[in-house]
Amino acid sequence: MIRVDGRSDSPSLIRVRGLNKTYRRGGENIQVLQGLNLDVDQADFVAFMGPSGSGKTTLLNLLGGLDVPSAGSITVAGDEITHMSASKLTQWRARHVGFIFQMYNLIPVLTAFQNVELPLLLTKLSKSERRKHVETALGVVGLSDRMNHFPRQLSGGQEQRVTIARAIVSDPTFLLCDEPTGDLDRKSADEIMALIEELVGKYHKTVLMVTHDPVVAARAHTTLHLEKGVLVEGAARKGVLVGGVA
Amino acid sequence: MKFNRFILANLFRKKIRLILTVGSFAVALFLFTFLAVVKSAFSRGTELAGADRLVVINRAGLINTIPLSYRDKILQIKGVKAVTHNNWFGGVYQDEKNFFPQFVIDPENQRQVMTEMRVPDDEWNNFVKDRQGAIAGAGLAKRFGWKVGDRIPLKNALYGPTKTWEFVLDGIYHNDHPGGDESQFWLQWKYFDETVPSVIKSLVGWYVVKLDSPDDSVSVAAAIDKGFANSSTETKTETESAFAAGFAKQLGNIELLILTIGGVVFFTLLLVTGNTMAISVRERVGELAVLKAIGYPDLYVLFFVLSEALVIALIGGLIGLGLAVLAIPVVGAALRGLLPPLLLSVGVLSLGLAFAVFVGVASGLLPGIGAMRLRVVDALRRV
Repeated sequence: MIRVDGRSDSPSLIRVRGLNKTYRRGGENIQVLQGLNLDVDQADFVAFMGPSGSGKTTLLNLLGGLDVPSAGSITVAGDEITHMSASKLTQWRARHVGFIFQMYNLIPVLTAFQNVELPLLLTKLSKSERRKHVETALGVVGLSDRMNHFPRQLSGGQEQRVTIARAIVSDPTFLLCDEPTGDLDRKSADEIMALIEELVGKYHKTVLMVTHDPVVAARAHTTLHLEKGVLVEGAARKGVLVGGVA
Repeated sequence: MKFNRFILANLFRKKIRLILTVGSFAVALFLFTFLAVVKSAFSRGTELAGADRLVVINRAGLINTIPLSYRDKILQIKGVKAVTHNNWFGGVYQDEKNFFPQFVIDPENQRQVMTEMRVPDDEWNNFVKDRQGAIAGAGLAKRFGWKVGDRIPLKNALYGPTKTWEFVLDGIYHNDHPGGDESQFWLQWKYFDETVPSVIKSLVGWYVVKLDSPDDSVSVAAAIDKGFANSSTETKTETESAFAAGFAKQLGNIELLILTIGGVVFFTLLLVTGNTMAISVRERVGELAVLKAIGYPDLYVLFFVLSEALVIALIGGLIGLGLAVLAIPVVGAALRGLLPPLLLSVGVLSLGLAFAVFVGVASGLLPGIGAMRLRVVDALRRV
């Protein structure tokens, strides 16, 4: 169950309380997020929608430990990340977060295999163990036969699959997807969304996704709308309690 | 190491840029090594100079002579073991470009003073007996293909009307010091003194004094100069190394010139490589941000940038040093007579490698720190 009223008593996988984010631009304080609450359980699939500048990506960055909030707390699997040092946060990201970007952001000089292997180079796994993990991840995304291809030799959809394989190879706690289909045609977008649904349904991955596309958002269990940094409404296929500070 | 492949893959992403940067490193390292070798060649005389030898010259300057009669007075000074005297001959062998130093020597004492220059006894005895005899350094003999018994004509205009002096090569000397001078040509004092005009007779260019102990050098030098003070020919006595350094300085401040050129090479290389690394990092801001996002610590990012700079430096440096190993003997042969022998030592090669490593790390440091401090959120927004 996804809740945004901040009143959940049961321990959730991701718990956000009173999240604020303020930027200072041109001598003016811009409040991007305002007292946001959120509870997300294991294997939930949440889509965040909203107009440009509403704070969707900022929220994703905060949840992924890429940015720090101005106030409030984020707790993931019992770890309060908002007070972690930069180096602790880096380690935490490596262990808990899988990132899927709109522009794929693969390293062009590395093959699909080598790109997927990158997160594992930070672990103590042996070469053969790494190979096994990478082959499994590429198998999940259906690219076992493309592992020695460079990104330029792959289609956009295939590149995004490699990104997904890179995100899941270290078996993170949750996945953050920033417009994962934003650069793809409808058919490829459908394939990617089917894959993400499979990760949630079959592998019980928790996915938080930002998108502008209502068709894509409709594939999530829950769609939450952000407007000017405030959670203003929610819609659920599976179930959501709407609240927050708005 | 598991990151090797990643570092190498990044290095080779812009092959032409890599080749040009490595090439500039190679050329710079070659130039650096060559300059270091030239500097070492000029300072070798100072380094190899005997610690227990003094050189006595006319206080008015090296081109002025000193009476032969000073020899016995110098020998009487306490602490002096042996004395020999030399004159500059200044002849031309076949063509002026075939320059080599020619010294008139005192056969009776030369070997007692210049102990590192070895001549086989039989050859030396022939030389002593032969009024027109000559001894050549092994390097000089090799340069002109001379063998013992060859007749060597030297044209000379310093001592009276231009005339050709004939010499017979009686022996060849070798220097005990590695890299020591083997380019001199020695001729007999008696033959010289008998042949020159009367105004030059019994005048020597300088004395070389062998001491009982190097510890006596200051007191003996002072005693020599004091002994000839207020005479018509006052002397200036200094250690052989000071004399060699002063002689090298007559050619100009070689060390300053070489250090200046070396400094320019260093900073140019630093700018070229630093710029390459900065461009390389700027092009990869998004990729570096992704690495940091997926959990690569800042120090790893710095390590990647520094490693790339270091690999460029090492490859370029090794190519440059390899070129130096191949080219310096050839250049040295071509410049023989104009410059002291050019010897590429392990020390110079190690210095070159250290220089390459230093420039590599220095050039990668600023871009690396920039990459390390990159904010993931800002960088991803730029992609």
